[in-house]
Amino acid sequence: MTEAPLLQLDGVSKSFGAVAALVRADLALEAGSIHALVGENGAGKSTLVKIIGGLYQRDGGEFTLEGESVDFHSTRDAKEAGIAVIYQEPTLFPDFTVAENIFVGRQPYTKLGLLDRAKMRRETRELTQRLGVPIDPDREARGLSIADQQVVEIAKSISVGAKVIIMDEPTAALSGVEVDRLMGIARQLRDEGKGLIFISHRFDEVFSLCDTITVMRDGTYIATNTTTETTEDAIIRQMVGRSVENLFPKQETTVGEAVLEVTDLTSVGVFENVSFTVRSGEIVCFAGLVGAGRSEIARAVFGVDRYDSGSVRIGGKAVPPKNPAAAMRLGMGFVPEDRRKQGLAMDAGVQSNITLAIRDSLSKFGFITSSLEEPSARTWASRLQVKTHALDTEASMLSGGNQQKVVLGKWLATQPSILIVDEPTRGIDVGTKAEVHRLLSELAGTGVAVLMISSELPEVLGMADRVLVVREGRITAEIAREQATPENVMYAATHAPADNSTETAA
Amino acid sequence: MSVTHTVPPIEAGRSPLQKVLRAREFGLVVLIVALIAVTTAVQPTFLFSDGGWRELLRQPTILILIALGEAIVIITRNIDLSIGSILCLSTYTSGWLFANVEGIPIVLVVVIGVALGAFLGLINGLLVAFLKVPSLVITLGTLYAYRGIAILWIGPQFIRSSWLPPEFRALGTMQWASIPVLLILVLIVVLIVGWFMTSRRAGRDLYALGSNPEAAKLFGLSERRLTLNAFVTSGALAGLGGLVYLSIYATGDARVGTGYELEAVAAAVVGGVAIVGGSGTIWGVALGAFFLATISSALPVLGVPSLWQQAIVGIFIVGAILLDRVLFLSRTRRAKRKGSES
Amino acid sequence: MSQATLTPSSAPVPAPAERQYQRHDKPLWRRTLLRTESAIILAIVLLLVIATFTVPFFAQPYTYQTMILNSAPVLLMLLPVTLIIITGDIDLSVGSVLGFSSAIFGLAFQAGIPIGVAAVLGVLAGGLVGVLNGVLVTIVGLPSLAVTIGTLALFRGIAVGLLGTTSVTDFPTDITRAMTAPLGGLPVPVVTLAIVVLALLFGALLHFTPFGRGVFAIGQSPENAAFSGVRVNRTRLILFVMSSLVAGATGVYFTLQYSNAIGTNGFGFELQVVTAIVLGGVSIWGGRGTILGALAGGVLIAALNKTLQLAGIGSDTISIVTGAALIFSVVVASVAGFISRRRRSKATAVVAVGT
Repeated sequence: MTEAPLLQLDGVSKSFGAVAALVRADLALEAGSIHALVGENGAGKSTLVKIIGGLYQRDGGEFTLEGESVDFHSTRDAKEAGIAVIYQEPTLFPDFTVAENIFVGRQPYTKLGLLDRAKMRRETRELTQRLGVPIDPDREARGLSIADQQVVEIAKSISVGAKVIIMDEPTAALSGVEVDRLMGIARQLRDEGKGLIFISHRFDEVFSLCDTITVMRDGTYIATNTTTETTEDAIIRQMVGRSVENLFPKQETTVGEAVLEVTDLTSVGVFENVSFTVRSGEIVCFAGLVGAGRSEIARAVFGVDRYDSGSVRIGGKAVPPKNPAAAMRLGMGFVPEDRRKQGLAMDAGVQSNITLAIRDSLSKFGFITSSLEEPSARTWASRLQVKTHALDTEASMLSGGNQQKVVLGKWLATQPSILIVDEPTRGIDVGTKAEVHRLLSELAGTGVAVLMISSELPEVLGMADRVLVVREGRITAEIAREQATPENVMYAATHAPADNSTETAA
Repeated sequence: MSVTHTVPPIEAGRSPLQKVLRAREFGLVVLIVALIAVTTAVQPTFLFSDGGWRELLRQPTILILIALGEAIVIITRNIDLSIGSILCLSTYTSGWLFANVEGIPIVLVVVIGVALGAFLGLINGLLVAFLKVPSLVITLGTLYAYRGIAILWIGPQFIRSSWLPPEFRALGTMQWASIPVLLILVLIVVLIVGWFMTSRRAGRDLYALGSNPEAAKLFGLSERRLTLNAFVTSGALAGLGGLVYLSIYATGDARVGTGYELEAVAAAVVGGVAIVGGSGTIWGVALGAFFLATISSALPVLGVPSLWQQAIVGIFIVGAILLDRVLFLSRTRRAKRKGSES
Repeated sequence: MSQATLTPSSAPVPAPAERQYQRHDKPLWRRTLLRTESAIILAIVLLLVIATFTVPFFAQPYTYQTMILNSAPVLLMLLPVTLIIITGDIDLSVGSVLGFSSAIFGLAFQAGIPIGVAAVLGVLAGGLVGVLNGVLVTIVGLPSLAVTIGTLALFRGIAVGLLGTTSVTDFPTDITRAMTAPLGGLPVPVVTLAIVVLALLFGALLHFTPFGRGVFAIGQSPENAAFSGVRVNRTRLILFVMSSLVAGATGVYFTLQYSNAIGTNGFGFELQVVTAIVLGGVSIWGGRGTILGALAGGVLIAALNKTLQLAGIGSDTISIVTGAALIFSVVVASVAGFISRRRRSKATAVVAVGT
């Protein structure tokens, strides 16, 4: 006798404008099991989760819950149907107590019409104790660690009687002990008959926790494996799936002298004793998991964030901490991760965006006008082939790829000797991606030192002269271009170093 | 992520006594008692005379009412600068009704005054909720517009006490067990509003919206509906404040309530409402209002010219937001340390 | 080390075909006429024309003289506050700073300090408030709205407390008369010169300097500004100090204009300042606006006020007009924004399909 799975997706698709985020996604979740969903960034996992959680509506395909076809129009619909989603960054109300966060929207009343705080407290205590993490029900949610916030979210989902619990990269920001605790909770929920979907990049977790593993790539279902019958290598092959080398036109360059030297950089609780060097003409990639601390290191190096100790030098000159303007004067450029918030003024035109970082050098006698800005803007927009017909088109009107070109133009215009690029191709179309790769490669060819952060393995392997793997705020491995393979980079990013042997000083 | 991470310990619950001692409300009660004690020591009639006692308890009632409404609006991450103008319109409308509608029942006038306030608050709420314009700008506009309507309508006239029925005037001086009836009525309002905000889901939703608007949206709360509710309540309470003003002073012109919006914001902030929304109790706000009102009557007795009253209000606003900030920072720092040290 | 030179000539990308860009998306007439500033200026012109023909005694030099005299404090103070609002902050304390500076100036003068020194003290007193505002907003990290509501009450209170019910009025008449005298043979008072000069200075600072580019960048996205090397907190601090210095100077001027230093000088002006700025098309969210627009907003309110006053409707209606104008302007801006977003989302959809 075959019962229908708890939750089943069949050929689900979803597009945003012309971009297809999901082409054909399949998933079958059984009650009383933990199902891993793995894939590279951009494979469509998050979109799939948002469709299940009622945040997005699917364009096509079948979605059934306990054998019945469902259509969610809001997060509330999904919640009522018994689906709970726990995001990487939980969404609690910081001013409410832990107990009230669990009961928000359905707080129990006493006979006198007051909130039954005793009952909330009692049930919260029971719930958190059952999960093995007794959190004080009366403390504010503000200041709880992300791990504890997740526990509160899980307690909430149990309390509302969720049948399906989805955890979207819950372990990305957790320490080892916290991860173990979370996995214990997940097993307990499974044993109670709930269905769990677990999204993670860490294979050790996936293999020790999950019963089945579904792999996605480019918005498409690839395969579902039974954990006991597969291997890490097989999964990595399914995820990567394509030949890496020929996509990236890597130029041969002569590596020159050290441009950026970072020594023993430490920010307590974020990263520790980070040392590395980037040389002229060299592309160095920071590989690692989301949340490993790669962007945080780069931001501290540039001076947007503070750090506690260590030093940063460009061409031998010390870069003062917490002062991006000074770093820029010494020749550093930074293409940030979030181009909409950190890289661009979305309401400003292409021209003002391109010239913002060079406003001082463009000015004459302390004054700057649109006419003084225009030649630079025109030059760099044209070099980068920004697709727009006017220089005052607002950045928000451009496609993602063109926005990224504007950000790159803005930083190339500063003529940097060391350019840091954080996830330079995230969320942009394939054609522009290739252009960005060619650009970075040629940039290195002219002698610029490039430090790239990327979560896409093929990009790392295709572009890097050297790969530095960051794990839990430390550089744990340094792999030369010739030795780098998807397997050994992925392995270093997901496993604690065996012992002291892999510790490196670049 | 960091190497020092381990599972943070469970926050040891503070004893109930510690909680009481740390609460803003307790601090305010101590301040109020101290202020009254010192002032009475200087001038015994401040407390120990019929007039002194009554003034002490009756004078804060208006500020308490409007501060409650302001607090609700601030809790939702908005601000209402128009309440002084709303109060003025309510005061004059009520006085005008008594004068021009023969034998109108007091209850009906009260209902009309409150309804007028609620209506003006509704206009604020609609503009804020549907235009997505900051409430600061909208209520700045309605502060002018409502005041302008008052000036246009009232002109140089003022309410004469002869317009008011004697029963209504008596309300201002009536006492029950030597406590002014007005204070009792206002305390009932405080209890109702406090009960609503601390113990009803609809009230908690207002806190939720101010505490984390993104999460509130994800949760499915209607920002529009909650914003409207907050502004209507604020307007209605300002309308009620107008009636209390009328019963205490038995007069009123086009300038009644000028600057009240700032005193209300001050009372809310001193009472522990965070200007960024999401936190603060109604009890704290009522005590904050009582404290500020008492300061202004105590200052002259203490030999400080009452002219300095506003400066002191200013010091308390700046001091209160600074204190909140310092407490907030030390609390997050402590939580962080606990997360990484152990 | 081989310094990387990346001049346009050694371009990293072998550009297949030089791409051509127009400088502007829309034609000149649309860029100049279809904007808030033009609408406000048109409204001012229309109002003056209509008033000249319909309101008795309007078409006289004296009308313009008093119109500018009455609105000068607001017109002066709105200039730096415009920059503050463009960064996304707000300064509600300017009216109180005016009063505070007026009180310090008056008391210093009364104490026998030479009037010039007293004036400098008044201006510096204003600057001090600006430092306090700026430090609380940037270093302590408090919201500017809360801080300046607090200092609004605080410094008004100090002004009232210092002067009490008294006032200082015995300023030398030659100076006070000079303050209200016409400028040359023109039908405008001397202070017009100060307004024009300051407007040019702040206009240049905002629109034609790297500092001004930073001001806009902060308002559009503080994070992007920080990533682009803008000293965000320093810029904000400087603006708060500028704002209070101008308000302080306005306080000295105001005192002399009316030959009267009292604690209530400039009461409520902060609201008029913000109203004028928002009416002039400066976004209260920050990132957008011009000095010209803000100034035009201030002039429109002044002209409306004068017209109503002379038309015998009474100067009291000014508050209703101010409030209505403010609400009207945000409603129009909101609706216009809604329409342009609709159009834009259609346009981007087409672009997305095209690529």
